[in-house]
Amino acid sequence: MSSHTLIKGDRDSQVFLSLLLVVAITLPALNLLVPEANPLHVSTYTVTLAGKYLTYGLLAIAVDLVWGYLGILSLGHAAFFALGGYAMGMHLMRQIGERGVYGNPILPDFMVFLDWQELPWFWYGMDHFWFAMIVVMLVPGLLAFVFGWLAFRSRVTGVYLSIITQALTYALMLAFFRNEMGFGGNNGLTDFKDILGFDLHTDATRVGLFLASAIALAMGYLACRYIVTSRLGRVAVAVRDAEDRTRFIGYRVEWVKLWLFTFSAVLAGIAGALYVPQAGIINPGEFSPLNSIEIVVWVAVGGRATLVGAVAGALMVNYGKSYFTAALPEMWLFALGGLFVLVTLFLPQGVIGLLRRKESLK
Amino acid sequence: MGITVSTPIHRLALVILALLLVAGSSPPSTAATSALDAALPLLEGRDLATKKQAVQLIATSGNDRAVIILDALVTGNLYFLKSDNSLVIAEKNGDSYLAKNALLGTEIGPVEKRGLKKIGINNALRSQIRDAIASLSLDHADRSIRLRAATQMLDNPSADTARLLRSALPQETDDDVRKVMQTAVSVADLASADTAARLAAIQQLAGNLHPTVRNQLLKLSENDKDDKTRTAARLALKEIDFKVDLYGKAEVLFFGISAGSVLVLAAIGLAITFGVMGVINMAHGELIMLGAYTTYLIQQLMPQHIGLSVLVAIPAAFVVSGLVGILIERSVIRFLYGRPLETLLATFGISLILQQLVRTLVSPQNVAVSNPGWMSGTLEINGVLSLAYNRLYIILFCLIVFMLLSLVLKRTPLGLQVRAVSQNRDMARAMGVRSARVDALTFGLGSGIAGVAGVALSQLTNVGPNLGQSYIIDSFMVVVFGGVGNLWGTLVGGLTLGIANKVLEPWAGAVLAKILVLVFIILFIQKRPRGLFPQKGRGAVN
Repeated sequence: MSSHTLIKGDRDSQVFLSLLLVVAITLPALNLLVPEANPLHVSTYTVTLAGKYLTYGLLAIAVDLVWGYLGILSLGHAAFFALGGYAMGMHLMRQIGERGVYGNPILPDFMVFLDWQELPWFWYGMDHFWFAMIVVMLVPGLLAFVFGWLAFRSRVTGVYLSIITQALTYALMLAFFRNEMGFGGNNGLTDFKDILGFDLHTDATRVGLFLASAIALAMGYLACRYIVTSRLGRVAVAVRDAEDRTRFIGYRVEWVKLWLFTFSAVLAGIAGALYVPQAGIINPGEFSPLNSIEIVVWVAVGGRATLVGAVAGALMVNYGKSYFTAALPEMWLFALGGLFVLVTLFLPQGVIGLLRRKESLK
Repeated sequence: MGITVSTPIHRLALVILALLLVAGSSPPSTAATSALDAALPLLEGRDLATKKQAVQLIATSGNDRAVIILDALVTGNLYFLKSDNSLVIAEKNGDSYLAKNALLGTEIGPVEKRGLKKIGINNALRSQIRDAIASLSLDHADRSIRLRAATQMLDNPSADTARLLRSALPQETDDDVRKVMQTAVSVADLASADTAARLAAIQQLAGNLHPTVRNQLLKLSENDKDDKTRTAARLALKEIDFKVDLYGKAEVLFFGISAGSVLVLAAIGLAITFGVMGVINMAHGELIMLGAYTTYLIQQLMPQHIGLSVLVAIPAAFVVSGLVGILIERSVIRFLYGRPLETLLATFGISLILQQLVRTLVSPQNVAVSNPGWMSGTLEINGVLSLAYNRLYIILFCLIVFMLLSLVLKRTPLGLQVRAVSQNRDMARAMGVRSARVDALTFGLGSGIAGVAGVALSQLTNVGPNLGQSYIIDSFMVVVFGGVGNLWGTLVGGLTLGIANKVLEPWAGAVLAKILVLVFIILFIQKRPRGLFPQKGRGAVN
């Protein structure tokens, strides 16, 4: 199935991808080509912010795939995101080389500070970009696979599954806070200098990262779109709506869950890897259970089981967050909390559901 | 037999004894003062026999300065002031001496060395003075001073202390003091030249948990000339080590149970809302936090009665959190029954709102909740095991809450209705149970219990807007681990996790222990998806 037939006849996808294309062209153009004095100029800060939002969008798609289409409410997806981020962070740390505060060509600053003599084994090879990119996908994927293999085979479902995914991310957060783990403890990884030889602080690199995020989002969207329109996707929806019945018909429910969950984790890992160079830091706070629940809220706000809605929700909630935390920091938690309540009570289909209802009323 | 070497430890012990005596003594009588007055001039001159008599007089004078004067004499700080021939206690300070009147304790100020005349003593006199100080304290009317004196002697054993203690033992009426004295005598006997006496002492001391006993036996087991004594000491040591190890384990168990009680307290409200009602209340932690803040506010209202405030706070917190719970149930949760994952999101939103509310209304910082006096202190079981009262109370409190809650669910009409609704809502309604009202009350009950847990937690941890967040995950773990819909499961689950944490802590560290417990639960749920005690029967079907 080519991407053309994939989105053919699906207005949501067409609108979304066109919008993404427009944004991906105009924002960089307005940043690089329009002089700063011009009111149309878009600051690099905004481009980076937009880039981060796009990675959030990819993360939301990953959660929507398992929650919206498979009925698995994962409260631990931030863990996969953060693991991908850490893998990228490790690569960027190795790229600093001798330019660190302590000037050690091999050890990152925090290891020198902790008086470590040599690089831990799991940092080997992270200086190669290709290797780091494999780790970005492999580690979240592997964790999700092992975790899912255990959980889905023993038919841990619903609330129980949600709670143990939360326990997973919580345990990882505690672990990454430890200095002994070798991931910078509390402070995490930061002070990155460049990526693939490009200085991370220049406008062009920032725009490049933004474009990479946009492309990743588009690819991730198409991949998920492919899955949900395929046979596998229909079985997934069947699992969501009547798990036992699907099993009795003869489908191997646990394999459906396992593959989709693992794929979703890989997507989340990629989103994390794109997020870190734009945010400039990764620390154990990214594992916090609150983050995972926030992702779920993005999806809920946008609309479950509508991939477009997940992205829209991520963008809207995060724009709101940026706005509130700058303008009314006190009000942000009130707003977010209220949003949780209102959306679950009054917008079970999210914003997209609301729009569709309006359309069908016409 | 006199002591010929004065060690710093001995001196320190004597000074402490002297201070103890002063602290616990009665105001001096005029007779006591005059006896002291008569004794002091005898210290003058060089005749040691006269000085000996003087020491005797001072020791028997009954004056509360006697010990201080004797102590100054033995440490060489007692002088005659040449100008008026009065007795002073002086200490070197730079070039001059700082002097105090020995009888009155009043400051005199700096005095030149030339203006002072030191009162010399010899070794025989020195040991006589030490004996005098020690027996003064061993004969004291106050039991605690005798006990401390005996303990001091136990820590610094010598032949002299043994002699003094032996003479004091027959008059001793208090059992605790006697026991310490006997131990001290035995410890001193360990240094005896007589092998039989040493062996007898070792027999006496086997299994004794005082740290000094262990040290002395260890020395003996390595250095004694006699083979038999060394073996006996080693055996006694083994017995002691075994006991120490046992009590060490008991202590870990105690810590574990108290930590587990905290978990049970935090989780038991959740066992009602989640277990019985099937509502995933992510705001549960914030209801705990509200209970803790209620304690704080009550303490602000009655700062004079901190001891009472905690007791007042328990019902108050129950009411506050319970009402908030009912409000949450009526306004949000009742629209979401049967959709557990949606309740999770909505109540999480509520938890954020409650957190921010406390930040805005009270303070974003932690608030100071004081502990009442009756909560502090420890219960000493023996030399190696002592239990902190606050932990004991937490365990007790947890059990009381658990029993009350079980009673409410099992023995009251409300409990009957709650169970009826949770097992079969439609049937219960058909039987005339007002299920909506029962829902609200059940949720209020669970929330109120969370508030009560908050009172307990306010005594243990920092009270701040994030208090709830740090307990919510643990609480869910306990309920899921124990088995949903089962109060016993929550109790057993909480205690098990608490003990597991504390057992792992010594060799893994606090954080790693917690991670290991979390991983264990994740794996456990795979094996038994319905927890330790799964619900049986019809109610079990989701």
